Order: sequence, then C-alpha cells, then structure tokens
Amino acid sequence: MTLFILTVVLLALTVLGYRLGRGRALAVVEGHPRQLHSLPSYHGYWVALWCGLPALAVISAWLAFEPALLHALVLAALPAELQALSDERLALVYNEVRNVARHGHPASSAAVAEAARHYASLRQILFISVATGALALAVAGLAHARARITVSLRTRNRVETIIRVFLIAASLVAILTTVGIVLSLLFESIRFFQAVSIWEFLFGTSWSPQMAIRSDQVGSSGAFGAVPLFAGTLLIAGIAMIVAVPLGLLSAVYMSEYAAPKFRAIAKPLLEVLAGIPTVVYGFFAALTVAPFLRDAGSAIGLSVASESALAAGLVMGIMIIPFVSSLADDVITAVPQSLREGSYGLGATKSETITQVVLPAALPGIVGGVLLAASRAIGETMIVVMAAGLAANLTANPLEAVTTVTTQIVTLLVGDQEFDSPKTLAAFALGLVLFTVTLALNVVALSIVNRYREKYD
Amino acid sequence: MTHLPSRLAKVSARDVNVHYGEKHALKHVDLDIRANEVTALIGPSGCGKSTFLRCINRMNDQIENAHVSGALTLDGQDIYDKGIDVVQLRARVGMVFQKPNPFPKSIFDNVAYGPRIHGLARDQAELDEIVMTSLEKAGLLTEVRDRLDEPGTGLSGGQQQRLCIARAIAVSPELILMDEPCSALDPIATAKVEELIDELRENYTIVIVTHSMQQAARVSQRTAFFHLGELVEVADTEQIFTNPQHPLTQGYITGRFG
Amino acid sequence: MTDTSTAVPAATRQSIDTAAAHLKRRYRAERRFKAVGLGAILLAMGFLVLLLWTIISNGASAFMQTYIRVDVTFDAAAIDGDDLPGLVKSSIQQRFPAVESRSEKRELAGLLSSGADLDIRRALAADPSVKGTTQPLWMVASDDVDMAMKGYVSRQPGLAGNRLTDRQIAWLAELEAAGAVKKRFNTILLSSGDSREPELAGLWGAVVGSVFSLAITLLVSFPLGVATAVYLEEFAPKNRWTALIEVNINNLAAVPSVVFGLLGLAIFLNFLGMPRSAPLVGGLVLALICLPTIIIAGRAALKAVPPSIREAALGLGASKQQVVTDHVLPLAMPGIMTGTILGMAHALGETAPLLMIGMVAFIVDIPATPLDPSAVLPVQVYLWADSPERAFVERTSAAILVLLVFLGAMNLAAIMLRKKFERRW
Repeated sequence: MTLFILTVVLLALTVLGYRLGRGRALAVVEGHPRQLHSLPSYHGYWVALWCGLPALAVISAWLAFEPALLHALVLAALPAELQALSDERLALVYNEVRNVARHGHPASSAAVAEAARHYASLRQILFISVATGALALAVAGLAHARARITVSLRTRNRVETIIRVFLIAASLVAILTTVGIVLSLLFESIRFFQAVSIWEFLFGTSWSPQMAIRSDQVGSSGAFGAVPLFAGTLLIAGIAMIVAVPLGLLSAVYMSEYAAPKFRAIAKPLLEVLAGIPTVVYGFFAALTVAPFLRDAGSAIGLSVASESALAAGLVMGIMIIPFVSSLADDVITAVPQSLREGSYGLGATKSETITQVVLPAALPGIVGGVLLAASRAIGETMIVVMAAGLAANLTANPLEAVTTVTTQIVTLLVGDQEFDSPKTLAAFALGLVLFTVTLALNVVALSIVNRYREKYD
Repeated sequence: MTHLPSRLAKVSARDVNVHYGEKHALKHVDLDIRANEVTALIGPSGCGKSTFLRCINRMNDQIENAHVSGALTLDGQDIYDKGIDVVQLRARVGMVFQKPNPFPKSIFDNVAYGPRIHGLARDQAELDEIVMTSLEKAGLLTEVRDRLDEPGTGLSGGQQQRLCIARAIAVSPELILMDEPCSALDPIATAKVEELIDELRENYTIVIVTHSMQQAARVSQRTAFFHLGELVEVADTEQIFTNPQHPLTQGYITGRFG
Repeated sequence: MTDTSTAVPAATRQSIDTAAAHLKRRYRAERRFKAVGLGAILLAMGFLVLLLWTIISNGASAFMQTYIRVDVTFDAAAIDGDDLPGLVKSSIQQRFPAVESRSEKRELAGLLSSGADLDIRRALAADPSVKGTTQPLWMVASDDVDMAMKGYVSRQPGLAGNRLTDRQIAWLAELEAAGAVKKRFNTILLSSGDSREPELAGLWGAVVGSVFSLAITLLVSFPLGVATAVYLEEFAPKNRWTALIEVNINNLAAVPSVVFGLLGLAIFLNFLGMPRSAPLVGGLVLALICLPTIIIAGRAALKAVPPSIREAALGLGASKQQVVTDHVLPLAMPGIMTGTILGMAHALGETAPLLMIGMVAFIVDIPATPLDPSAVLPVQVYLWADSPERAFVERTSAAILVLLVFLGAMNLAAIMLRKKFERRW
C-alpha cells in the first residue's frame, strides 16, 4: 500500500515536471515558441523523464534486491542456535519469520517473534530510506533539467532517443522470453540428467516417478523411461489429427468454394467459436460426457473401453483443433490463383474435380504446413489430457485403453509439490524440454513450408 | 434487320447483354463467328471483348452477380438454355488464358487432365495417344518428349502457353477461345503461338481476344472491334485494317486512342 | 464454307458422346463431394451445439439453491457463546421432536448445510433485535438435499448408494409438504469464495483473481507489445537481428502454454522468489503468452496504415517519431486494441500455465491485492471438475457458463470495435 502511495506521489511529481518544463521553455522565449528548437511539450517530456526515470530505477532496484537484502540481514541477526540449523530448516524458519512479520501469523517461539520484529523494522527503515531517496532524486532531476532549458536545447532529439531505447528494450523482451524458457528448461533438465541418465529417459519404457518421492524408500530410484509418455502423446495427438484434418479441410473447402456468402457469414464465426472455448471446458466435456459415452457404447457392443481412454481425449482434442485446421486451410486454398481454377473449369471440369485434382494439389505444401502446426498444437495441448487422459503410463497403441501424455505428466509432477530437488519435479522440466524442442522443430518446419508456399503464389 | 441466328455461323450472338451488378458491361451485341476461321476481338481495355469471349463458354457463371441476357447459340443451340450442361459445353469450347496457367502437375498429366475427367480414353494406350497427338498439334512434342514427367510449371512461358493449348486440344473441342494468349510472352514465343493458331484453324474454330492490332491482322480472317461494351464494327480482317467503315474503328487502328 | 456441322471432325463427335456417358457419374460425384463438405461443417457445428448444450443443461440449475425454512430460537446464550452451528442443530431438532438417537440427530442436521449458521449470523446482523425471540428462517440446505430437490438424485427410499438416507428422504418430504423447502437464486455461487461444501462454494474469489491477473497482463503486455510492434514495423533496420526477433516472435506464439508455466515456475517463483498462487505472477506469465499475439496484431494494424499518410506527415517536417505518435498509431489503434482484447480473452481461458505456478491451491478468501493467493476462473473450473461431489458437476458447468459469458462479452467488444473502426483505404 505504501508502495502504491509512493508511486502516486512520484507520478504527480512527474506530471508537475512536465508542466514546469513546458512553462520554463515558454518563459525562456517569452511566449514565442517558434524560436525554440523543439516544441515546448518536448521540453516538458524531457523534464518529466529526468524527474521520473532515476527515481523509478531506484525503486525497481529496491524491489529486486529487498528480499535478498532482508534475508541476509535478518539471518545475520538470528540467535546462534538458529543459525546452526541446516539450510533447509533455516529456510523454514525464515519463512515463518516472514509470515509472522507480514501476515501477523502467531510466532512459534520467542526467537522467531524477535526476528519478525527485526524483520519488520528493517523493512520499514529500508522503505523509508528508499522512498526518501527516490523522491529526492526526482526533485533533483526535475530541478536540474528545468535549469538547463535554453532556446537551442534539442529536447526533441533527446526525448526521441530515450523513446527509441525503450522501443528496442521492449522488442528484446520477446527474445529474453525465449532465452528464459531455454535456460530454465536446460538448467533444470541438466540437474535431472545428473540423477537419471539421458538414455534411460529418452529410451526407457517404464515410467513410475511416484516411487521416487522419498529417498529412503526401497526402490527409491523410480523409473523415468519416457517412451510410454511419448507414445501416449503421439496416440492422442494422432487421433486428434484423424478427426481434425479431414473435418477441418472439408469445412474449409466447402466454406471457400461452395458456400453462399450468407452461409459463410454465419458458419465461419460459429466454427471459430470452437477455437475460442477454453481448453479446460473441453477437458470437462471430455471427462463428463464423451468418455462415459464411449465407455457405455463400448460395453454395449462388447468392447472394454477404459473410462479415461485415449480415444475420448483425442476425439475432443480433434474437435478443438478443427477450426485451427480449417482457418489455415482456408488461407492456403484462397491463395491458390484463380487462373488455375479457370483453367480447369475451361476444360469442362466440375467443381469437385477442380478442387480435388487442381486446387488441393496446388495447395498441398501449404496444407501440409498447416497440418504440422496443428500437430504441434495437439502435442502441446494440456488441459484436455490432464482432465480426460489417464495417469498410468501404458505403452499401447490401443486407443480404447488409457494412456498418459507428456503434458499430463508435467502437470501431475509439479502440481502441489513445492519441493524442488527430487528427480520427480525435475523430470517435469526434462519433459518440458522435449516438448519445447519438438513443437519448436515442428513450427519452424511448418512456418518455412507455409512461407515458401505463400511466396510462390504472390 | 433479322435477329435469326445465321446458319453459317458456328457461334451466333443476338442482342447479348452482360451486367455485372449495376454495370452494363456488354451492350446489345450481334455477332456471328464462322467455323474454321480465326475471329479476332479487338478494342481498348475494358471494352467488353473478354466479357464476350467468356460468355461463349459460360465462364461468367463463376462471377457472382454477373447476368447475361440475349441469345447466344453454338451450332444453333442456345448456350444459356436450361438444358445445356456447362461441363459438356466447356468440353466443346476450349479456352486458353491470358497468363499461361499450367496445373502444378507433370506435363503429361496437364494434357491428360481433360481426357481423364471426361473419360475420353478407354485405356492407358489411348490416353497416351491423345496426349501425344495433342502435344504434337500444339507443336510442343519435340521439345518435351523426353521430360513428360517433369512439372509443367518448369517450362518457359511460351512453352507453358503451348502446353495450355495442348491441354485444351486434348478434349477435342470444336471451338477454342483465346484470351490474349500472347500478352505474357516474348516476341519469339509469340511468333510460335501465332504460327500454331494458324495451323489449328484447319480443324478448329478460334476466337482470339488481342490487344495487338498487328496480331489480329496476322492471325485472323475476321475482326470485330468493341468499344465501351458495344460492338462497333465486324468485317473481314483485311477490310477492317484497310478500309474501316466506322470513324471509331478508324481512330483505333490508326492509334489515335486505345 | 458449308454447313457448320461438317466442320466438326469425326473424332470430336465421338468424344462428346463418351463425355456425355460419363456425365451422370461425374455429377453424382460432385453432389457427393459437396454433401461431404457440408456434412463436415454441420458435424463441427453439431459438436459445438452438443458441447454448449451439455454445459447449459448441466449448469443452469446451479443458479438456484435449495433452502429450508426452520423456526430458529435466537438463544442469547448460544449467540454470545458463539455456538451458531449448535443453534442450527437445535432449531431443526425442535422441528422434529420425535428424533432422539444420536445417529438420527446427525442425519437430521445433515439436511442443512454445515454453513447454515451463516444465515443465522446474517439475520442477526440485519436485525439484532431478533436475539432472544423465535423466528422462521430460510437456511441453506446441504448439497445432497439440493441435488435431490433438483432431481439429479433419486428420492425413492430404499435405493442403494443414495446419499440421502430413507429417514432424511421422509423428513424432506414432510418439510416440503409444509412449504418449508424452496429454491432461491443462488447468491452464494456468485458472491463467495471457494469451499469444500458445494452449496457454499462460490466463484467470486476466482472472478476477482481473474480480474487481477488480466489487469497485470494488460498493463505489462499492451505497452510492451505495442512498443515492439512499432519498433519492428516503423523503426527497425532490416537486418539479421530484426529477422531473428521476428522468427522468434512467430515461434513464441506457437510454444505450448504449459512451457510458459514452467518458465514462470523456474524464473518468477524459484529464481526471483515471487509468491506462489498470486495473480501477480499469473498475470506476468499470461502477459508473456499474450505478447506475441499483440505484437502480430499490432504489426498487421500498423501495416494497414497507408504509406501516403506517413509521407504526408514527413513532408510537413514532422520527425519519424512524431509521424508515428501523431498519425500512424492513432489510426492503427482500433486494430491493435481488437487484437489485444482477443489476446486477453485467450489469456482469460488459459489454465495449464497457472497450474504450474501454484494457482491450484484451495483458497477460500477473496484476494484483496494481486499479491494474495487466489484462484482464477478456469482453474476454479478445473478444481471443481476434479471434486467428487455430484453437486460440483452442476457448479462446474455454472462456472464454465460464467467464464463463457465473460469470453463472449470480450469477443463481442472486439467485433464491435472492428466494425466501428473498419476502414477501407
């Protein structure tokens, strides 16, 4: 809350800086803004930036380093017997201290209560000094910048340079995100592969990570052969593609080649609604309606269908991907030049002959690219399989049995587990690395195919 | 003036009008196209010559809100009659387009496409023969004999256009419509295609839309001049270019506009 | 020139006859193909209808909740001793004085929700003078009673596996005959936080959590996304670096969202030590997921602004940045905003990455700030879908309906924005 007030005050100062700078610029030229190099408002912005940016930097630095600083100071002041605790126990104690100080939880011992008081007072002192510093810096920056305003000061160029730096920094965030993904996955995966060999992980056929929760258990090593997960993922994604590709493709063909404009105007948005429904809803639908239906239908004709069958998850995932395939295919089909269609019609071909023998073969590379993108989406889809696929790592190609997938296991391994050192949680990152690599490869290939296809007909 | 279709004409148009929505693109056109002749349609851009051409094989059906009225007959049969089947009509009336548009298939499959969909060949041997004859007639056989499996899109522009002509011939049409077939070709390729058109005249009736008056003079026996959707003048080619009757025609062929 | 028909070569004639013979078959194939295409669309739409119908038919009843009227003696001793649950029990026992055994009493109390004491608290707060008097009071029924009253569970006595005992069914019938059972609009569902008891579980905590998360997402991803789009489209030199950024953004758009969750867990929680389950972290992760969408939409919108406008402004002596801020950006803003709303709608439905950062915790309190632990709507759906009680099926569907209403509103806003500012150059 106090941070909020500080921010508001700083914001007010910045606005004031703008007005002062602008006013100063006008005063310098005695109300003849044309003599200025830059517009008065740029002088305003310049002063405002001088006022706001340094203070903002100080506050950001404080936000970033406050936890570490407090941690070090509070631990240093703890009584010796607490300091002697193991690192893990100490972390728990520190956690309690923080909870007592920040959320008013009852303290379990006098030492903790004392530490909490220390924590709170340190925090307050730090905040007051940072706030004072930031505000002083803001006022100083304002005064400094305002005093420097002259007729010829090129504030526009300076302001634009700062904006440019901001723009470049913003576009680096996307790169940093990728770097962050790669580094975090790699880092945790390497830790995982120190415990479990990479060959066992990639080619082992037995998966039972639950065994490894406690290191003192018998057979504690667990089994981290991910092949059943890969197979299950491929099985479910395969079923999804079998559903989505024909339906999506045929829908796109009908929509772009046959449908009257009125029909298209209604059907197309309706189809896109399928893409807008959150995946958790599909997961619920699969678990609540589709899976029991398949099980009952199976038993009616004498087939035993698992209640978390791969078929149910794949089917529903396929429905979800239909609009994805159809909109990609639609783009690709419309990109086929009209002259090819006319050439075919001119020879007396019917519409369906033109579509199946000329348009679709011409669009094939683009369609393949689209299907690959859809496949990558199916492989990475999480909620449907978490809710409708099983947890048992069966290595089977039978769609009526329950299988588990990479994404299901990532979620299962991490949800509810805060411990971060067991191979069990680290395995999730190794799985994430595989998932990221595979989907990235699929996307790169698909996008390059699609782009080359677009260029061909541009 | 009688509005009966001429018995001599392969194609006969009487009071043909085309509207694209509000736009009146073709106005009251009366025109006979004689068999085994090359008829050239000339005129400035947007004059309706392509529109007229596309009426003959009902290519305008593809365009939404295009509306054709009047009588247009092929061998005395109304092209726009309800009983006429577009697919069958187009098998009888071939078309070659402005830009060469070979299908993304092999050279062989490009030519075989028409016979296949119409079921013209009883077996592979017959299909081979149709393809070979068509390529031969289009003057392309010697150039592509060894690479029938290669994609048609890999040929040069002029070869592609002759491939498209071979593709049209393979269905054995009676009439071939050509919509500025040489506009995308270089002079040498153009000369080859023009030569071909002249040879094809023996067996087919040809209607060609062209920008180029020289081309019309070189390849056609009759020439029709269109202007702003109206047919201004139609006569033997020689007469049109030496002694045009209408001042507009005269202005166009002497290069005063167009 | 003689009769035209003689001009047709013999070979051609034959061809036409052959073609005619094939025609019927070809038209059948044509009709079949068209029907298959239409069938595919109708099938897809059929799935949509089935999905929505399942959700609506399951969820609509959750907006009503069964209440039971009992005469409550607002006993001063119990109130001052803060034993309102005891008061609930004694009140319903007074209604059925014949009940004596402990197990029977427990069954009787089971007709009412374990949170029924809140109704007494509320009555006291509304009118403190009831203390010491006896008043009829409508109290929340338990989820088993609610399910029975809504017809999801049989009220036939003697059925095995029924959650209501035969005695409870008889009492319920007696109460109903006396007009002491009715369904009221379920304000709990829309105004409370989560609960283990279906009849007490509400969505408000999740709604607030979603609002906080989306606010953070918007605050972070909109400026960053627009800045990136502007830089790439208007200022960036065409070199290897910018090409790398572009490829990177396109690929980022297709990275599975669960991977972003892993990023959030590793970087935001473990490395930076941010709080688990907090909308702040959820919002940041969602912002990274949204960022590519906003950038791509933003670039498309900027690209659609004709160069003539840039040239006109440059010609008047404006700097490149002035051109962008004064002319290009305002013209592109509707397009950027449409893309942003659609990105936000997507973020609202995103579930998997939030599970990774601990937003699956069971949280009863309504979050007051983005730093408090909280659920969000789709995660609430997931949590409820996982609960075994029959009544949670209904409430899960209702939560989905609420989620879909929000999504529908956002998409509608985007469509209207697009319609209103649609411009053809």
